[in-house]
Amino acid sequence: MTQIEVIGRQLAEVIKSYSADYIEARLEQSRTSHITYRGRELESIGKTSAVGGNIRALVRSGWGFVSFNDFDDLPGRVELAVNQAQFAGNRASQLAQVEPVVDIVPWDIDRSPVTIPLAEKKRLLDEYNGVIWRTPKLQTSIIGYGDSHKKVIFLNSSGSYIEQERADVTLRLTAVATEGSEVQQAGFSLGSKGDFSQIQGLHHQVEQMSQRAMELISAPQVKGGEYTVVLDPVLAGVFVHEAFGHLSESDFVYENDRLRQIMTLGRKFGSTELNIVDSAAVPGLRGSYKYDDEGVPATKTYLIREGKLVGRLHSRETAAKMKEKPTGNARAVSYRYPPIVRMTNTYIEPGSASFDDIIGDIKEGVYAKNWYGGTTSMEMFTFSAGEAYMIRNGKLAEMLRPVVLTGNVFTTLNNIDAIGNDLEMNQGGGCGKGEQVPLPVANGSPHIRIRHCLVGGK
Amino acid sequence: MEDILAQAKRVAEEAEVFAVTSEETSVQFEANRLKHIQSKQSTSIALRIVRQGKIGYSASTRLDDSQDLVNMAVETAQFGMPARFEFPSPASYPEIEVLDPDIESVSIDDMIKLGEELIAPVTSHTPDILCEAQVTKSLVSVHIINSRGGQANYRITIFSLGVEGSLIRDTDMLFVGESQSSCHPLPDSRVVAEVVLWQLELAENRASVSSGSLPVIFTPNGVASTLISPLMTAFNGKLVLQGASPIGNKLGQPVFDEKLWLWDDPTIAYRPGSRPCDDEGVPSRRTPLIEQGTIVNFLYDLQTAALARTQSTGNGSRNRGGLPTPSPSAFIVAPGSTTLDEMVRDMKEGLVIEHLMGAEQGNILGGDFSGNVLLGYKVENGKIVGRVKDTMVSGNVYQVLKQIIAIGNEPKWVGGFLSTPHLYCPSLSVASK
Repeated sequence: MTQIEVIGRQLAEVIKSYSADYIEARLEQSRTSHITYRGRELESIGKTSAVGGNIRALVRSGWGFVSFNDFDDLPGRVELAVNQAQFAGNRASQLAQVEPVVDIVPWDIDRSPVTIPLAEKKRLLDEYNGVIWRTPKLQTSIIGYGDSHKKVIFLNSSGSYIEQERADVTLRLTAVATEGSEVQQAGFSLGSKGDFSQIQGLHHQVEQMSQRAMELISAPQVKGGEYTVVLDPVLAGVFVHEAFGHLSESDFVYENDRLRQIMTLGRKFGSTELNIVDSAAVPGLRGSYKYDDEGVPATKTYLIREGKLVGRLHSRETAAKMKEKPTGNARAVSYRYPPIVRMTNTYIEPGSASFDDIIGDIKEGVYAKNWYGGTTSMEMFTFSAGEAYMIRNGKLAEMLRPVVLTGNVFTTLNNIDAIGNDLEMNQGGGCGKGEQVPLPVANGSPHIRIRHCLVGGK
Repeated sequence: MEDILAQAKRVAEEAEVFAVTSEETSVQFEANRLKHIQSKQSTSIALRIVRQGKIGYSASTRLDDSQDLVNMAVETAQFGMPARFEFPSPASYPEIEVLDPDIESVSIDDMIKLGEELIAPVTSHTPDILCEAQVTKSLVSVHIINSRGGQANYRITIFSLGVEGSLIRDTDMLFVGESQSSCHPLPDSRVVAEVVLWQLELAENRASVSSGSLPVIFTPNGVASTLISPLMTAFNGKLVLQGASPIGNKLGQPVFDEKLWLWDDPTIAYRPGSRPCDDEGVPSRRTPLIEQGTIVNFLYDLQTAALARTQSTGNGSRNRGGLPTPSPSAFIVAPGSTTLDEMVRDMKEGLVIEHLMGAEQGNILGGDFSGNVLLGYKVENGKIVGRVKDTMVSGNVYQVLKQIIAIGNEPKWVGGFLSTPHLYCPSLSVASK
């Protein structure tokens, strides 16, 4: 038995002697490795190991949370969490009923990424860096590789005891080109649920990225204003995550009567062709799991079906308060944080249009590809494309500097008037909410066309 | 720690152990009500070695398994970068006050009361607003020892409080907020609540701006959300060394408006960004970066400084617990003499920007930014007339700061890492629906 299994068994006994509406414990044991390159040289390589845990208690709707990596005095930690919850509590607790689960989830990756020899990882990154540096006129490059493997034990006062293992691999490459005081960069990022082979064999994409950095130096900046915009599957995935996904996280909604009125189930958000899903139950993606961090089984949740709001993402508390079913979306980035409502794998379901159908009748528009970043304020969102082209008379035209797009969730989804037939999932990056970043998620979409989209520029 | 250092020295030429322990307590309010009380204890220990001339690195939360820590560092050192620096020998550190023992005596009750006092004035001003508030106190201990006898030890207390309000009217949403931090306990929430009230007053009416080129006043929060990330990147000695900083070859040259002065300062008493030494044990110092618009220095850690044939500026930072890398401690923009009122009165049509959402998503290296005005106001004929929405503002930091009309006379701390006054710039590109 590992250290956390022993502690898990002790804690399952300890929490029995404390009185609260609900008590849970989460214990984690993890290993990580990382390698970064700056320019031609390997810059940093390291390995880490961590063990820690937390106790969360609920009393009269108030939560106490205690995290630690010193395992002395476990009863003291439980007592502190319960006392804090009593302090914070001020009305009856509500928590959706779920069946207690006892499960040891088998490990589903053949080869844990952290056990792969550093030499093998370095060989692959050396190859990619070689490809980048074959591009003439490049100033520098940045490569960041990271992997992790953790074992998580969850147990609660209702008798659940769950052991799960999770692994994650991320890779981000950036090529930087300069001319005079002009600096331009091109990058791409991807990841996998622990499968190292998914980041192998990308030499061609790395070469294209490096070329693009150089071409950006002489590319013009778009003129700011409203355009018809076509998004590729990667960027449309970021768009659905930012523009709609965060708004469907019920912790923003459940205590907010005004927002509840706006987010009434049945409200029309888009055309009848628009379907948006969040599902941790799809296997093999970075946001996939069997149980969330409250021990609730993963589900597939339609957020929008045929253009109408039909569902949202829940923790046990938000589900109870909104009198809806829990969806298994309570997640924490690590034992240092309590679980909060998060997305998992979020995507727009494919429609019927081909790429040519989508751009064919656009006189002047913008084709935006690839991911730089995105953020939301619920109503407003911005997201940025690493790669963009003008569309003129139904054809792709000149390359543009990276563009930032912005919109309003209540109008922009309605302005989607074409959905492609080519769904792809993007596994790069990670999601941030409050302090909890980065959380492994996947986003996806087919190509989509948005009318009247505001693009920042000259 | 000494044991780990001793074990590491048996297999490596040089070694350094860096340990951080922290205790943090916070109370959090949700939808105007107390909801969470949290306490977090954490320990982490990092080992950096030089073995056969190369750098190895490992980190752990476990103090009881030093052999694992040493093994991991040895394994990584096979592939590590050649070490060009030496760990600091015993040094004398400046006396910088960052510990206030009074923080310990602030009770949960006191913290709850502060949170209630943050929310009450806001909800009594605007009854249908929903606030989230947080009051946090923490104590962090840092301990560094290395194989050259270098040793540094300090403890810092940090107290912070903040409130964010959201006001929803149909599908129109307004977000306001303010926060404050110090090494002292903050006994009074009023200053923070007053800023939020000011934001609510100005956002009461709506206004629309024309697309095109407009003058802009960045508030201290606006400077933080828009202009600072590209500058923090540009002054990073590592990017300068690689030729990826647009100002890397402009040392001694005027790049910005001559009214602009900027420095990095970890030596100010009782500021959360201050400390007697950096994360490599190099003594803290104030480093001028822009003097009268001219670039005068970049920021370095030990390894980068050695590669660039210069000295560390004491800016080695282990941001995510990894190897040290150059990073600012606290950026200070020198105040000028113009009041915000004078700036506003000077404008015919323009914007005041508090928060530009997404500005940091563009080509930060090149200084480009573009974002949606999440909180900002329109100025018309010398008066703030209302809040603007559905508006994008774009620009390039190097063009925007080349010509500054005026610099404000009231600097403010934002997020603990930046002190800046208002900046009034003549022309930014604005796209509006």
